[in-house]
Amino acid sequence: MGRKLLLEHVNVPGIETLEVYRKMGGYSAAEKALKTMAPDDITEEVKKSGLRGRGGAGFPAGMKWSFIDKKSEKPRYLVCNADESEPGTFKDRYLMEKIPHSLIEGMIVSSFALGAKTSYIYIRGEYFYVLRILEKAIEEAYAAGLLGKNILGTDYSLDLYVQIGGGAYICGEETALLESLEGKRGNPRMKPPFPAISGLYASPTVVNNVETIAAVPHIVNITGDEYAKIGIGRSTGTKLISASGHINKPGTYEIELGLSVEEFIYSDEYCGGIKGGRKLKALIAGGSSVPILPAHLITKTATGEPRLMTYESLSEGGFVSGTMLGSGGFIVMDDSTCIVRHTWTLARFYHHESCGQCSPCREGTGWMEKVLHRIEHGHGTMKDIDLLVDIAKKIEGNTICPLGDAAAWPIASAIRHFREEFEYHVKNPDKIQDPKHFYHQPFVSEVVNATPEVN
Amino acid sequence: MSKEIVFSSETLEVVNKLIRRYPEGRHKSALLPVLHVAQAEFDGWLSPEVMDYVASILNIKPIEVYEVASFYSMFNLHPVGKCLLEVCQTGPCMLNGADDLVAHFEKKLNIKVGETTEDGMFTLKTVECLGSCGTAPMLQCGADYHENLDAEKADALLEKLRTENKRSRYC
Amino acid sequence: MAKVTIDGVEIEVPDGTTILNAARSVGGDIVPPAMCYYSKLEGSGGKCRTCLVKVTQGSTNDPRPMPKLVPSCRTNVMDGMVVENTTSPDVLEARKGVVEFLLINHPLDCPICDQAGECDLQNLGYKHGKEATRYEEERRTYEKIDIGDKIKLHMDRCILCYRCTFVGEQLTDERKHGVINRGDHAEISTYIEKNIDNEFSGNMIDVCPVGALTDKTARFGSRVWFTKPMDAHRNCTSCSGKVVLWMKGEEVLRVTGRKDQYGEVDSFICNTCRFDKKDAKEWTIEGPRHINRKSVISANHYEHLKEIKEDIVKYQKQIAEKINKG
Repeated sequence: MGRKLLLEHVNVPGIETLEVYRKMGGYSAAEKALKTMAPDDITEEVKKSGLRGRGGAGFPAGMKWSFIDKKSEKPRYLVCNADESEPGTFKDRYLMEKIPHSLIEGMIVSSFALGAKTSYIYIRGEYFYVLRILEKAIEEAYAAGLLGKNILGTDYSLDLYVQIGGGAYICGEETALLESLEGKRGNPRMKPPFPAISGLYASPTVVNNVETIAAVPHIVNITGDEYAKIGIGRSTGTKLISASGHINKPGTYEIELGLSVEEFIYSDEYCGGIKGGRKLKALIAGGSSVPILPAHLITKTATGEPRLMTYESLSEGGFVSGTMLGSGGFIVMDDSTCIVRHTWTLARFYHHESCGQCSPCREGTGWMEKVLHRIEHGHGTMKDIDLLVDIAKKIEGNTICPLGDAAAWPIASAIRHFREEFEYHVKNPDKIQDPKHFYHQPFVSEVVNATPEVN
Repeated sequence: MSKEIVFSSETLEVVNKLIRRYPEGRHKSALLPVLHVAQAEFDGWLSPEVMDYVASILNIKPIEVYEVASFYSMFNLHPVGKCLLEVCQTGPCMLNGADDLVAHFEKKLNIKVGETTEDGMFTLKTVECLGSCGTAPMLQCGADYHENLDAEKADALLEKLRTENKRSRYC
Repeated sequence: MAKVTIDGVEIEVPDGTTILNAARSVGGDIVPPAMCYYSKLEGSGGKCRTCLVKVTQGSTNDPRPMPKLVPSCRTNVMDGMVVENTTSPDVLEARKGVVEFLLINHPLDCPICDQAGECDLQNLGYKHGKEATRYEEERRTYEKIDIGDKIKLHMDRCILCYRCTFVGEQLTDERKHGVINRGDHAEISTYIEKNIDNEFSGNMIDVCPVGALTDKTARFGSRVWFTKPMDAHRNCTSCSGKVVLWMKGEEVLRVTGRKDQYGEVDSFICNTCRFDKKDAKEWTIEGPRHINRKSVISANHYEHLKEIKEDIVKYQKQIAEKINKG
């Protein structure tokens, strides 16, 4: 059993209530922080902990906090990014739904550290029922003097609100989120300036993911040094992984970073192996935006090292043979999966979610979806496959925000690792008419255990 | 639609409370929450008249409301059936049978995706990832998530919704 | 002041200048093309991505290169910055990509488009585009609509530069049009048909880099290269009254602001000057507008007749010399 912090008490009945949460030790970090620590001490602990942003980018959280403009006379804001929309990711929803007070406590401690007097949780519109859970918990916290004026009898006061979104993946990008929070279209802003200098209402702002903020009270409780001892190297602490796809036990799991990928897939404590005894074919380890990997590169790296659930190990081999930990959206595919069809659904997703502000993403995502749709439905040509690679290359790195890259990578990597399957679709349009065309007769690659060419 | 476009006094109280969450002069921040309230209050969609009304309440220009409402996928700019079935169809849901589920609804309700049943009861819509990948396939109807669906559960859900005969709403 | 090197040319500009404006201060080939940036419209730029450049050295203090290409219109120079525009194959490749993206859903209806001949997208396509398209899908189409009684919107041609929305926001008292929907469904619209009638709304025609917004009082009047642009002015109480009259004989076909080589007007003009003063007698004509000879607009331009004659003489001489040399 790995160490549990965030989900330690998830199965305690009534943990969603303030009473039970407190009984299990909840709000002790808020007490400790507000009564015995200076704001900068908390930032220091977060830095020491090595906690990295859990939303997907993995940027060190303590460092992000230290960028906030302290010279500005404007109010500072902490905004929690609960716009969880990355396909394959549902960990934040699970955490907020099950233990809403852990996020609220995290918001109190983090807001205190940053000197924010008003903070917002921006939650995706589709999670309306989670909004109600959070609002109820916030009401409880206000009534108990944990929010509002003079929290826990100290000088510190904080107002916390939950803002509902309207259905737009792009609002998970922090500047688009801020635009949306200001009541505008979710068009990402040009950077610089970064939110730490000019964020919400042009004031210094930190935007952190739900899981990142919820980890802060644990760091305060056990100290940054202790937290840093969990995990391996620069991947410290525990991480929530949302597991989905063809596995026996889909769900949200808390792991110690450093767990082997093999154990995570096959152990009964986690995914419990592939459903129906089928074979593992491919995996997306960190949410739909990260490169897909074929079976032979999942549990071992190209050099034969065991692959671990860490930022570093998963990216071992770069984009040629590696991927990324991303948001922890772990999508497992068995041998009945058609990679082309799956990739097409992702392309459709990014096409649907592009904000349309900059030309490469606006035009490129739609183009890629249409070409993939053609290939999947038996109207593709060999030239289309290279065309996709070229479109992806022309989007990548050339857009205002990372959505362009996120749309390009899944397609580029699917072709990199599964080109034969794309070619099969072009050559055999009659054999792919049934949407589940590989269900009874899985596609078998003629190249066994190929290590992709280095380019 | 003959209903006068004006919030009830209770709703107006809710809206004013929303507006007070933001600093002085930043009332536009309330636009998304207020649009949700408006959509729930006025038959599940945002007509131009409703959007103009929201603009007047927040003291912003109508075009600012149109721009925003048309950007976010949860706001309906056209009338929808009493129950809006939003079936997730992205990657993980596809892996677990979203295609079959959509096909089942199309057959059962005798409509295509994007259409509304003749009795105005159901509108079938496909949507992108709802963050319920571990419980796929699934759909959202109003604020409720219906997860781990198969044909049988889908039929039971339709039956239940039909019996309840209530308009689905997010809030 | 900051010293910046663009394609090997060293320029000194005030701090806070963008790379694009630094390049424009010198002019010539080092200037990246820009489709959405407009110096007189606050907040414009950064969207079209045609002006992407490579920063190979961030500054003297921090010489690291920037990891990605950056939009030169929204990136400020730093002292000691080194920038590559046309000297970088990466930049040219990315630009080729952007041009292709801008054209895949464009109707390519230049033969019937009023903007042809003075269209930034046409110029960009000639310079950076490919001869044939790789796009085999159906192109997006929209209904043509009137936005205001004097302005026609061909959304098919729009590249979503957002410039016209900034005109609405910054020059008129109430913006009535904007960008609705999202992604590749995004469009310029009033949403429900609303009449845009503001004294300065006509400027959205001038700032439009393509033929998406055209002047209904001049549509299909004449190809631009068959008209003579004349600088003219009148006493106007609402604007500077300084305009260009696009004339055919004595007839004023069209009135626009005075655009510089980057397509930007010197000053915004009012709708009365633009739409209602179509009689040459109402204007004081200053003389022919100076037009860059490389532009097709200058094809029929008498201002250049002398230069063309000189060119002919020059070429005749060169040919004669070649013949003499054998």
